[in-house]
Amino acid sequence: MQTESKIRADSGTEPGPRVPGCSLRHFACEQNLLSRPDGSASFLQGDTSVLAGVYGPAEVKISKEIFNKATLEVILRPKTGLPGVAEKSRERLIRNTCEAVVLGALHPRTSITVVLQVVSDAGSLCGCVWPCVGQITSQMGEEEHCEPTSQMGDNGGSVAEEARAVLTFALDSVERKLLMSTTKGLYSDTELQQCLAAAQTASTHVFRFYRESLQRRYSKS
Amino acid sequence: MAEAAGVPAESLAGCRARAARTVLDQVVLPGEELLLPDQEDGDGPGGAGERPLRLNAAARSRGRVVCGPGLRRCGDRLLVTKCGRLRHKEPGSGSGGGVYWVDSQQKRYVPVKGDHVIGIVTAKSGDIFKVDVGGSEPASLSYLAFEGATKRNRPNVQVGDLIYGQFVVANKDMEPEMVCIDSCGRANGMGVIGQDGLLFKVTLGLIRKLLAPDCEILQEVGKLYPLEIVFGMNGRIWVKAKTIQQTLILANILEACEHMTADQRKQIFSRLAES
Repeated sequence: MQTESKIRADSGTEPGPRVPGCSLRHFACEQNLLSRPDGSASFLQGDTSVLAGVYGPAEVKISKEIFNKATLEVILRPKTGLPGVAEKSRERLIRNTCEAVVLGALHPRTSITVVLQVVSDAGSLCGCVWPCVGQITSQMGEEEHCEPTSQMGDNGGSVAEEARAVLTFALDSVERKLLMSTTKGLYSDTELQQCLAAAQTASTHVFRFYRESLQRRYSKS
Repeated sequence: MAEAAGVPAESLAGCRARAARTVLDQVVLPGEELLLPDQEDGDGPGGAGERPLRLNAAARSRGRVVCGPGLRRCGDRLLVTKCGRLRHKEPGSGSGGGVYWVDSQQKRYVPVKGDHVIGIVTAKSGDIFKVDVGGSEPASLSYLAFEGATKRNRPNVQVGDLIYGQFVVANKDMEPEMVCIDSCGRANGMGVIGQDGLLFKVTLGLIRKLLAPDCEILQEVGKLYPLEIVFGMNGRIWVKAKTIQQTLILANILEACEHMTADQRKQIFSRLAES
């Protein structure tokens, strides 16, 4: 099912590198588009698009099994070329956040594999990867929905390169608390707090988008 | 009726607990908290507020509420862990508060005790068969768990055969075990599934829909061609009709009817019945 939504938040000025504003680009998602994986989703924000598939709870190799919870594995493939160190570090970041959220204790000695493929990258890659993961892991059983927003770099590839700092936060759906933060660049304490507040405001729109897309998906049954 | 209660809650995106009654048949997201009917007013039996004694049927529903798939107990509230539609079933005999569960769309099967499933025999080792049921590990099936099987009289099961059986042990900590007899020792339709026919996979939600007591799809399919059909709760369906072409048509119809409305289905059936 495809859902599209165009969001302009209240303080709709274009953020420059100094003033964190809150303007989200157009996003869209499609669910269950692949037939092989147990769950799949594709998420599009502006010109950045990521495709994700999840397999699990499935068989796990004896060497990798954990006796009391599921083994979570994340594979991120870039658009071109072989995966390198940057992909590995992003995979680890995603895995650590997902482990906090997914109820692995319900499926001990199994494996849950999330495969992400970057289809096109125009700057907001981090912000695109998460909604994919959130949409599909909700089939597994999660304690809360997790959602990322990227600030200060959220306006397209060229601005992300010019921005002084890029901060990405993952927030939970229940109380908008911080689950994960990763930052790159130079910024001050107040700017960090401002960005976090802007991310929390923006996340309301994204969660509303999740809810609408899920309602559409379940509307036929 | 359900819409009005849904709209103000959306703006807070589920950051406060809602009464389960108001959210029935609506889509719920993981992380939402639901209040049971006897917790909506006051703080509970030891609360400071006064609650009027209700002498109606609602007072009787305070009993044991069963928390089904997709929900977890969190203190005295229900926490949603899967996205889907919230459903409720009233208790039949009046005791307890009924069952709440979340209807979600899923392709992956997790073994549950008592479920009847179709498995494929993958290995024979000593006295047990290893059967692939689509879960995270293969189930084990003892050779004595067939009707009329003894140590001298072994059942005729080869690797690659299809088995219809039910789980006697299925929890997250142990390897699942299945049998092909019921508690009285009779096969009751279980055992090795015969030759020919076609096995295909569908989503778990479609199986539950087809096995619901009031499902018309199955009756319409039965009027179309004479057929044999076996449904496994692990998303597998085995179908056999007189010719291969009819079998393939039936398989395609069953796979497609998940996404079709009742009218589209009736059109397709009438077109097939003519040809």
